Amino acid sequence: MRHTISVLVENKFGVLSRVSGLFSGRGYNIESLSVGETTDPQISTMTVVTRGDDRIIEQITKQLNKLIDVIKVVDLVEVDHVEREMILIKVAPKQENKAEVLRLAEIFRGRIVDSSQRTYTVEITGDEKKIEAFIELMRPIGIKELVRTGRVAMAREGVKPK
Amino acid sequence: MKKTGAEIFIDCLKKLGVKHIFGYPGGVVLNIFDVLYDDKDLKLILTRHEQGAVHAADGYARSTGKPGVVLVTSGPGATNTVTGIATASMDSIPLVVFSGQVSTMLIGNDAFQEADIVGITRPCTKYNYLIKDVNDLSHIIREAFHIATTGRPGPVLVDLPKDVTSNKASPLCSDEVKVRSYNPTYEGNKWMIRRAALEIEKSKKPVIIAGGGVILSDASAELKTLAEVAGIPVTMTLMGLGAFPGSNKLSLGMPGMHGTYYANKAIQESDLLIAIGMRFDDRVTGKIAAFAPHAKIVHIDIDPTSIRKNVRVDIPIVGDAGRIMRDLNKAIQKETKKQWNEVRKAWLKQINTWKKQYPLSYTYSDEVIKPQFVVEKIYEITKGNAIISTEVGQNQMWAAQFFKYDKPRSLLTSGGLGTMGYGFPAAIGAQLANPNRTVIDIAGDGSIQMNIQELATAVIYKLPVKVAILNNHFLGMVRQWQELFFRERYSYSNLDVVPDFVKVAEAYGAVGLRATKPDEVEPVIKESLKVKKPVFMDFVVDWKEKVYPMVPAGAAIDEMLFEEKEGKKEKKKLKAVK
Repeated sequence: MRHTISVLVENKFGVLSRVSGLFSGRGYNIESLSVGETTDPQISTMTVVTRGDDRIIEQITKQLNKLIDVIKVVDLVEVDHVEREMILIKVAPKQENKAEVLRLAEIFRGRIVDSSQRTYTVEITGDEKKIEAFIELMRPIGIKELVRTGRVAMAREGVKPK
Repeated sequence: MKKTGAEIFIDCLKKLGVKHIFGYPGGVVLNIFDVLYDDKDLKLILTRHEQGAVHAADGYARSTGKPGVVLVTSGPGATNTVTGIATASMDSIPLVVFSGQVSTMLIGNDAFQEADIVGITRPCTKYNYLIKDVNDLSHIIREAFHIATTGRPGPVLVDLPKDVTSNKASPLCSDEVKVRSYNPTYEGNKWMIRRAALEIEKSKKPVIIAGGGVILSDASAELKTLAEVAGIPVTMTLMGLGAFPGSNKLSLGMPGMHGTYYANKAIQESDLLIAIGMRFDDRVTGKIAAFAPHAKIVHIDIDPTSIRKNVRVDIPIVGDAGRIMRDLNKAIQKETKKQWNEVRKAWLKQINTWKKQYPLSYTYSDEVIKPQFVVEKIYEITKGNAIISTEVGQNQMWAAQFFKYDKPRSLLTSGGLGTMGYGFPAAIGAQLANPNRTVIDIAGDGSIQMNIQELATAVIYKLPVKVAILNNHFLGMVRQWQELFFRERYSYSNLDVVPDFVKVAEAYGAVGLRATKPDEVEPVIKESLKVKKPVFMDFVVDWKEKVYPMVPAGAAIDEMLFEEKEGKKEKKKLKAVK
């Protein structure tokens, strides 16, 4: 099962490599990883999306907690939470499809952030299903380039744990 | 008045109570060595290889409980420490390793003798640091010692760029260390302890497996109380030997691959397994699916990741082994002790039957020295009152089987990583820390050659370490596996040319003795103990001897192979007993 784990860490050099080294050294998967500072510049949040059975996820959270630089680990599967990812997708539609790209971008509440004679670059933000759906719609139209931020997630406020 | 980084470094170590550093100089640590030159209170033990320095610091730490301290230069000096650090990491031994580094402005430039040692040692240290500013030096040194010695101990590496040791700062040495994200749990959960106590009272066939954690937590007294009050037999992992007296009638010796049959059988038949400060290594559990099938498992460990990593656990208790056992001993209802004695009598009787049926044994010979006989003689002559270190392979297993460790910190062995070449430098470190004890390294002819250069260290510092080389001209454990599982195809396990160890010892200014016949064993050991110098004892032993009993890879731990006595043909047959 897939888990989104939010890890609060000391914002020091080498921390990312300690976390990623833990995953690679013990053979755990990382599906996505995103890192950024919190309001306190000494602390960063890492959002790790990983996969494994209960025993593996238990080990992952324990092993993360064991790292000296890790302050807090929350497996978001256990709580109600919001997840978002942003992608930039560059498509090269044929003349007859150009309007379709604009229309779909609008439906998905995306934005055209760059355009050239032959391409549009679209910014889409959303949860995984929305992102995947947009990518699937763009595929037949012709994707030139795709970058993803990886997921970020946050627990909802005022909701009891599942 | 401001001081240089090198001066602050030495001041801090002394303030932390460090008396000995093991190390080796080099370009970027010359500032520190220059300060050390005049220092009367802090002594550096100059080894002949950085790996030797780390193992010696490790032996020092294991035999005393104090952290071992190492100082080496950058690049190759630092990379040479990696095996030693990984060895300490696997066995949770507190070490603080200081490595030199090129100046901060050169880092990343592939400078002369530059290595990214922080990157290299990240997976095999508990934590590591690169100090970039001399003002951080003193608090990082304190923090390093704090992290190395608390919680589940382990090695910490501190990388010291050359300019950090020459730059000046105010020598502020704060006493308080606080790492907000590092708060080990010491007290066990009361409810879990109560549940464990109830299970102990209910159990008819309990067994304790004690590991290295009991020794690290100095909890032998608590363990003895627990075992004796509740009448529970104790088996000890390789790292746990000595945690409970090996000669006590409740002791079952070591479990696992080369453990005793009765320890393994007791685990398999038990209805309650109390694991304390051990991590269910695969050498202990054998086939996991068939491990302790009838037992409820209580697991006491300070490291939460050890719990449920390999085996299912019914009652997990995270915390310090000593404190938890103290609480557990209080929680157990002593008035029911009589009752238990009745209940447990049958269990202990059953275990005694197994002990008689399949004791540890070997076939003595008048003609050729059996390696087990050497270990037995060492035990007999030292009356078990020596610090024993081992190398890795057959020598390690025989030292675990045929020497009974009655006190903690008396067996120094690389359990987790299985590092050949560990024992000799570790013995040197232990001898330095315990000048009045007899320290003996039980070695093989392969292992001893992996750090044989440390003979010079032993001679120069007048450390009268004894090395008993069980010389079979083979990498014995490899050969044993090849004999049993690879149709006797001895692929590259025959060492053929083995040096004359007597001459090697003499060449270094030590003493060399040799025994080729069983009746020479005792005089050689006695002679070595009389000599106040390092001694190599070359025991030319039966090369065909194998370590038994043995659990083949992938089998359950009670499916053991034994040596068949009075072999009908020249080739000994094996039989499995279930």
